[in-house]
Amino acid sequence: MSELLIHQDPGVILEANGLRMHFPIARGFLRRTVGHVKAVDDVNFFVRSGETLGLVGESGCGKTTAGRCIIRAYTPTGGQILYRQADGQVIDLAKLKSESEMRPFRRDIRMIFQDPYSSLNPRMTLLQIVGDPLVANHLSQGKELEDRVAELLKRVGLRPEYMRRYPHAFSGGERQRIGIARALALNPRIVIADESVSALDVSVRAQILNLLQDLQNDFNLTYLFVAHDLSVVEHVCDRVAVMYVGKLVELAETEPLYFHPLHPYTEVLLSAVPKPNPRLRSRGSRIVPEGEVADPAHPPSGCYFHPRCRFAKERCKTEEPQLRDLGDKHYVACHFAEDLKLRGVLDKGT
Amino acid sequence: MTTDTPLLEIKGLKTYFYLDEGTVKAVDGVDFTIQHSKTLCVVGESGCGKSVTARSIMQIVDPPGRVIEGQMLFHRISQDTGTSVQEELIDLAKLNPRGSEIRKIRGKEIAMIFQEPMTSLSPVHTIGHQISQAILLHTDATKAEARDQTIEVLRLVGIPRAETRFDTYPFQLSGGMRQRAMIAMALSCHPSLLIADEPTTALDVTTQAQILDLMIKLQKERGMAMQFITHDMGVVAEIADTVAVMYLGIIVEYGPVDAIFNDPKHPYTQALLRSIPQLGPRVRQRLDTIKGMVPDPYNRPKGCPFHTRCIKRIPDVCDKVLPQRVELRGEHGVRCVLYGGNGGAQ
Repeated sequence: MSELLIHQDPGVILEANGLRMHFPIARGFLRRTVGHVKAVDDVNFFVRSGETLGLVGESGCGKTTAGRCIIRAYTPTGGQILYRQADGQVIDLAKLKSESEMRPFRRDIRMIFQDPYSSLNPRMTLLQIVGDPLVANHLSQGKELEDRVAELLKRVGLRPEYMRRYPHAFSGGERQRIGIARALALNPRIVIADESVSALDVSVRAQILNLLQDLQNDFNLTYLFVAHDLSVVEHVCDRVAVMYVGKLVELAETEPLYFHPLHPYTEVLLSAVPKPNPRLRSRGSRIVPEGEVADPAHPPSGCYFHPRCRFAKERCKTEEPQLRDLGDKHYVACHFAEDLKLRGVLDKGT
Repeated sequence: MTTDTPLLEIKGLKTYFYLDEGTVKAVDGVDFTIQHSKTLCVVGESGCGKSVTARSIMQIVDPPGRVIEGQMLFHRISQDTGTSVQEELIDLAKLNPRGSEIRKIRGKEIAMIFQEPMTSLSPVHTIGHQISQAILLHTDATKAEARDQTIEVLRLVGIPRAETRFDTYPFQLSGGMRQRAMIAMALSCHPSLLIADEPTTALDVTTQAQILDLMIKLQKERGMAMQFITHDMGVVAEIADTVAVMYLGIIVEYGPVDAIFNDPKHPYTQALLRSIPQLGPRVRQRLDTIKGMVPDPYNRPKGCPFHTRCIKRIPDVCDKVLPQRVELRGEHGVRCVLYGGNGGAQ
């Protein structure tokens, strides 16, 4: 992606270009920096307006960090986060320094968190929690605020009469709805859902997924859906980006990615998903990767996945593959992507 | 003979928690059997009593919870007399939870793996020490023998460099390795039944695949039975022989894995299966949901516990009668009035 897409395609709302987030490792009495954890390392992706982009990978791959860089909870150590404002102007969020500069964009990009228990303040009522963004931005107060909160609660499927209750009175699924109402309070354009359904039971999870889809249709929201559950991601996402140890390894439309993956790591991930059908039982035919996820503080040389890859060759150990477009905006970072015959999600056997 | 008799028979098990707010009937009349070298999966949403069932078998229900009724018949096989295999029948429900008899069974005959290995392993002891303690307690091995056996079992569960890992602490291991150490500890005394309570829920998919493959392989080698507790229908489809679907303390459906997934009978099982996204060619359809949520355990609905959320509810029947289990073809049982389970009105 040499030319930035956001300048060419008006449908692109957000583009990360060479995004880097390196956390220093401090040791010793003087807290000297002895190395860096490369949580996100040179990541490029773009999000189209109104779509859902899934960001998947194993724990520690940097998917959450990437999301947090976009809402600027972290200041990225390198790269650009280009965001197209409602008036069409493109701005680099990574360059913004002060809180006052960021303020207008904080309203546009909101987040829904993973844990519905720890992400709500137990000492605040629903009215305070959901109304807080409105108060903080001096948008409404008093009766008007109550009306707006009531409307939001109704929209996410909660009874407005409950707005004076505290979060402890609600179940996990209801709390997640509260978190969603809070994220929607400022009419955002982009919502980052960080593992928003992984803590929920299956029946409640289905309710929340449907709610997220309805809200997307109603408010023309753009979702960045960070998750590790590949069956959920397949269900909700238009396109999927796969990360491994801080790098983006594959980015494509959902269906091609699931049925014709081009990166061996994607193949491994798909093969590991338990299929909810005993007749598709993958005993024996599953590709189980050797060893464990590499340490992002001391990543292997060359392609980070080569120690676990069943196709690794000499070149993979020395040369780092770049993310390249293999047609139809199917991006992959693998030297041998064209030559490999990889298994999609429904293929069995070798 | 051992293949015909089940390993464990649970009959009418009830485990209640007596709290100030009222009595929580966590397990309210559960029957199932576990066969030798087979896997029973218990599925259900949080709060359905699946973990308490497992803990009841081990007699490790935390107070104020108590096993108040039912039988848990464990067929213990002792082979010490050489040629003749002796079978002994023990009712685990009758044993004192703190007594010496259950302690001989717990960890030796029946072992358990927990969900979060970080909180169930001691942080201040090395994993080698923790595993060899189990061996020293249950066998007459010397310390040196216990160490050798520990290293062997660590190797068996796929921990590389087992000799050096013997002296590592749990925090030095990754989540997958910790779970392997947990499994090693459970297997160290050759149990005939392994109870695994959501052993892969906290793990990544690739690690989960590794652990599931490992457990399937070990089960084949050791011929042990497994009771596998999970809420992930995908995991159930991968490893179960028999499935028990639980809802609010009762088993609503019970049967072979193929029947449960391809011919589910109970409305709850049907709804549960419809609410999971399927991998495969898709039209971006909405997921079917189960309306409402699991009721508060203090005021369980009268009659069938699922009637408040059931789309096939029959008014005046489902809210009055707790259906009894109806046996269908092929070891398939269901508790629902749609199949005639209203004979025994309560």
